Amino acid sequence: MVEKNNGVSSNTTATQPLWLLAEITYQCPLQCAFCYNPTDFDKHTQNELDTESWIKVLRQARDLGAAQLGISGGEPLLRKDIEEIVIEASSLGYYSNLITSGAGMNEKRIDALKDGGLDHIQLSMHDITEEINNFITNTKTFKLKQKIAAMIKDRGYPMVLNVVLHRYNIDHIKEILEMAEGLGADYIELANTQYYGWSLVNRDQLMPKKEQVLHAEKVTNEFRERIGNKMKIFFVVPDYYDDRPKKCMNGWGEVFMIVTANGDVLPCHSARVIPNLEFPNVRNTDVKQIWYDSPAFNKFRGTDWMKEPCRSCSEKENDLGGCRCQAMLLAGDAESADPVCSKSPNRHLIDQAIKDTENPGLEAKPIMFRSNKNSKKISEGEEKERLAKFHALP
Amino acid sequence: MTIKPEDIYKIAPHHRFQWEKAQDCYVILFPEGMVKLNGGAGEVLNLVNDNLSVEKITEALTKKFPDADGIDKDIIGMIEMALEKAWIEKTN
Ligand code: SF4
Ligand code: SF4
Repeated sequence: MVEKNNGVSSNTTATQPLWLLAEITYQCPLQCAFCYNPTDFDKHTQNELDTESWIKVLRQARDLGAAQLGISGGEPLLRKDIEEIVIEASSLGYYSNLITSGAGMNEKRIDALKDGGLDHIQLSMHDITEEINNFITNTKTFKLKQKIAAMIKDRGYPMVLNVVLHRYNIDHIKEILEMAEGLGADYIELANTQYYGWSLVNRDQLMPKKEQVLHAEKVTNEFRERIGNKMKIFFVVPDYYDDRPKKCMNGWGEVFMIVTANGDVLPCHSARVIPNLEFPNVRNTDVKQIWYDSPAFNKFRGTDWMKEPCRSCSEKENDLGGCRCQAMLLAGDAESADPVCSKSPNRHLIDQAIKDTENPGLEAKPIMFRSNKNSKKISEGEEKERLAKFHALP
Repeated sequence: MTIKPEDIYKIAPHHRFQWEKAQDCYVILFPEGMVKLNGGAGEVLNLVNDNLSVEKITEALTKKFPDADGIDKDIIGMIEMALEKAWIEKTN
């Protein structure tokens, strides 16, 4: 998220990346049902970049203007070299953020990271109940997360909690906010599930009903009013219940650059679902050349690529036609308007998904958790029936 | 809050103020965010970051920009804005 407020000059033609997201590994001990990693991540787990290559990427991206660094995964702490990478990031002047499930954190590492200059840690939490936490992650991680939260606070990091909202936890929103307050969180991000990757596979099971979302938003607003500046609350609205799409990633190739575990560089986490786009790799191409010159990064920059109804729409600068991956996954055409938009000829696909939230038969089907085994099944085309209504998933 | 000449502020904890060569401006960095500061706001916060009082900031900037009208009001306005956004905190 980039704030553009008064006293702030925003240079709309600038195309320097401000944010570098290092998806440093796709390995993760958790198996979250909503994980945004690619469903075929098992294909990308070999061949991870080594420490030296990451350091090179950090330097090149910093020269280009990136100032925020997110180290994520998978679970980044599965890599032994995070400390080393953080030291380099800090000396280059990045504001660095470790995005973690908590697995792999301990006293020794959290101290080393602090000494190395890590600026903050974003911890994912799931619910106030152990039952739902353990269910949705398919692992026994509830107590671990509570412990890591306390450790983050104790070491003086800003505490940033991230809670992905879905049908199983959204009605506990008040209790979740109270828990965050109790833990002394400085920021909490309540991120309604966005449906890419594993969350799309599990959409029938995860998507809340409209009343649930409205209720959650109301409770959040009341809570925000009471707590004021003490804890900042970001409520990421679910686009399905809106009639305009979000300006995805703040624009394709505008702000974010994602470098994945094997060195592929993407304008957004799920960009690989778009067919016929070749993504450049840091092993053989300089980050600067990737950002400015690669066909992949230029493909959906600005508005020239648009078709109708976006092309002649008066709102095109606001949302840039929405999310390219969502257009691909749901409508089968990456150049079409995001189907969330009420002007899109494909809006019925979203309306159907909303209707399906009232169909208990669909919800009752089992969740497919994010595991190596399930990923393999998907890549090998074993889940055709389940994925039939989506494009570009194997 | 009324801003007094003797007030001294500092960059709030969990925030970082720095010069960005690639953007050619000062920025404030904090969890999940980055704000580019325009020339005036950047100058003021740079002096806040040097632990100068509001009075000393005004003195320094008046010297630097002798032709600027109403610079003292602009400075107060920027400090108010930064306080409201919780980018800075009062130290005394
Ligand atoms: S969302 Fe869950 S499974 Fe996916 S990387 Fe994060 S912790 Fe691991
Ligand atoms: S038609 Fe396209 S540009 Fe217009 S509001 Fe809908 S998605 Fe945005």
